[in-house]
Amino acid sequence: MSFITDPVAFLANWLQGLLAGWGLSAEWLNFLMLLIGAVVLALLALFWTIFLIWVERKGIGRFQERPGPNRVGPFGLFQPFADMLKIFTKELITPKGVDWVPYNLAPVLIVASTIMIWAVLPFNSTTSGTNISIGILFVVAIGSLGEMGVIFGGWGSNNKYALLGSFRVLAQLISYEVPMVLVLLIPVMLSGSMALNEVVNSQHIWNIVLAPVAGLIYFICLMAENSRAPFDLAEADSEIVAGVNIEYSGLKFGFFYVGDFLHAFTMALLFATVFLGGWRGPYAEQYPILGFVYYFLKTWVVYFVNLWMRFSLPRFRIDQMMAFNWKILTPMALVILMTTALLDKLLPAGQPILRVGGFLVLNVILLVGISLLLSKLLSRRPRPVVAPTPRPVARR
Amino acid sequence: MTPMQIVFLLVASVTLASAVMVVSTRRMFHAALWLILTLLGVAILFALLESRFFTIVQVVVYVGAIAILVLFAVMLTRHVMSEDQPQLNRSWWIASLATIGLFTGMVLVMRTWPIFTTTQRAVGPGGEDLQKLGFAFVDPSGFMIPFEIVSVLLLAALIGAVFIAAERKGGKG
Amino acid sequence: MNSIPMSWYLVFSIGLFCIGLFGVLARKNAVAIIMGLELMLNAVNVNLLAFWSYLYADGMSGLVFVTIVFAVAAAESAVGLALIISAYRRRNTVIAEDMNVLKG
Repeated sequence: MSFITDPVAFLANWLQGLLAGWGLSAEWLNFLMLLIGAVVLALLALFWTIFLIWVERKGIGRFQERPGPNRVGPFGLFQPFADMLKIFTKELITPKGVDWVPYNLAPVLIVASTIMIWAVLPFNSTTSGTNISIGILFVVAIGSLGEMGVIFGGWGSNNKYALLGSFRVLAQLISYEVPMVLVLLIPVMLSGSMALNEVVNSQHIWNIVLAPVAGLIYFICLMAENSRAPFDLAEADSEIVAGVNIEYSGLKFGFFYVGDFLHAFTMALLFATVFLGGWRGPYAEQYPILGFVYYFLKTWVVYFVNLWMRFSLPRFRIDQMMAFNWKILTPMALVILMTTALLDKLLPAGQPILRVGGFLVLNVILLVGISLLLSKLLSRRPRPVVAPTPRPVARR
Repeated sequence: MTPMQIVFLLVASVTLASAVMVVSTRRMFHAALWLILTLLGVAILFALLESRFFTIVQVVVYVGAIAILVLFAVMLTRHVMSEDQPQLNRSWWIASLATIGLFTGMVLVMRTWPIFTTTQRAVGPGGEDLQKLGFAFVDPSGFMIPFEIVSVLLLAALIGAVFIAAERKGGKG
Repeated sequence: MNSIPMSWYLVFSIGLFCIGLFGVLARKNAVAIIMGLELMLNAVNVNLLAFWSYLYADGMSGLVFVTIVFAVAAAESAVGLALIISAYRRRNTVIAEDMNVLKG
């Protein structure tokens, strides 16, 4: 391997040789390499957020037919640095009567829970933070740490609006975990293991081809887990004055901000890993640097679709959101899980075309059937007429 | 004192200390926070016992669901019981006698058992075999019946919780 | 090469169980009683896994038992907390001693 074809492994080997040459014992060497790897990955994630902030603000500007930030630097590229300077130098106001430990722990938990996901993602055929055998369950567990951060923020702020906002965010988060976990079982079934490395290695055919409905449900649930529009009810200014973030100023608010943007990108990374084949692509095994490139491209496509939906869709009401989850997504996830399991065992293992065809037919039947069922159910509800000439009213 | 022993002593002492704080602190929200710390400490102990699956399941089920339920219950029943009055009921001294008696009794009984202080592990370094566990759950000569009964139990709990929550709004029959 | 004796895990689990038992027997607030109950169930899990890890690692009955304890703990805490909140709505109290309508 050379630097061009496999940069990370090359650098890791060189560093290991250097440190061993200085006479470190084996376990200290291992520990130090892991520590350096963890620090580099976390810093990479945090610095990448700066670029993501620029992309979002420019993107939302262009979607709304306005230029976006364009004063600070060429194309507004230094705008995030200006934002950072502002956030770093703002006064950290702590309201009276806050519970000190939860109030200060909340932003830390929200950012930490996002960065910890980066530890299990396979970036490459040779590069991943760690390969635990239960990687997918680890991702779900980290989500629950993020929920803890929301509760601590809502309670610790000593503010009724923060508490109410955190209740609503929490209800949304724990509700949308249910179809997410159910649907994540489908790639586990198709690849036979919960480790993310195995899930990627077994995707000779991408999972989104074999289970498109599962991919759709997973995408929606990831957006809801991130509280992104159209699910951003709990932090909307017109709804609850910014929800959990009310009493946070300065760098603590900056943490919430960073956590939100980084979670969107992490969500795209997860989706690309589990459903789009991760780093797989032509020649990705021989030249591992191509693995980075493919992963990057797939993640950017998913991230762009995420931003697109964020910029285009109006937000849900809370009852619409809950009804959508419990009445539509969870039954759909259960049905697709059971039928995929059945079909996985019925179809012969060796013939990829037959398997792909069978799964696609199943998914299309499911989608068409559920849409027909829904339209029939929805057409029976009485449509409230609030004005003489019928005006469009949100029915559900 | 090997490093693993030091790690175990640290984790166990933190867990026991936060458990004591759970049962003795006045403010209920702090008790819930100490409970979360205890549950995380127990998860780390599971990892020390080479059972990775149950480490993560402990975090997902206990910290991610049960602790959140407890926090909800604490926050919804906040102003009812004043936090200045004593938190322990009248018979707390009987309770402490009983628990200390139980603890010393169990430890004394177990010390007579020769395998009590073994350090040799039967589990391999890879931890548990999840595939074997899965097979055990659905094997009729294995544990299929307890598995099905637990599913019925969870269904009953689900229906019961929905019924309790819905009864104020006219009930469900 | 393992260096932690099994007795440490067992004594820890007995200790955690006894602390949970004290919480159940001696606390007034009903939610605090549920928290003590969770401590007891966790102690039981540690005990089961310690035995599995040190003695019976090739049989699956220990792990099955632990899984069932997890499921039962989740179910009873959900229903228990729902009952407490429902009782709080009716009687406006969470002190366990005051919910004594059935007392003979």
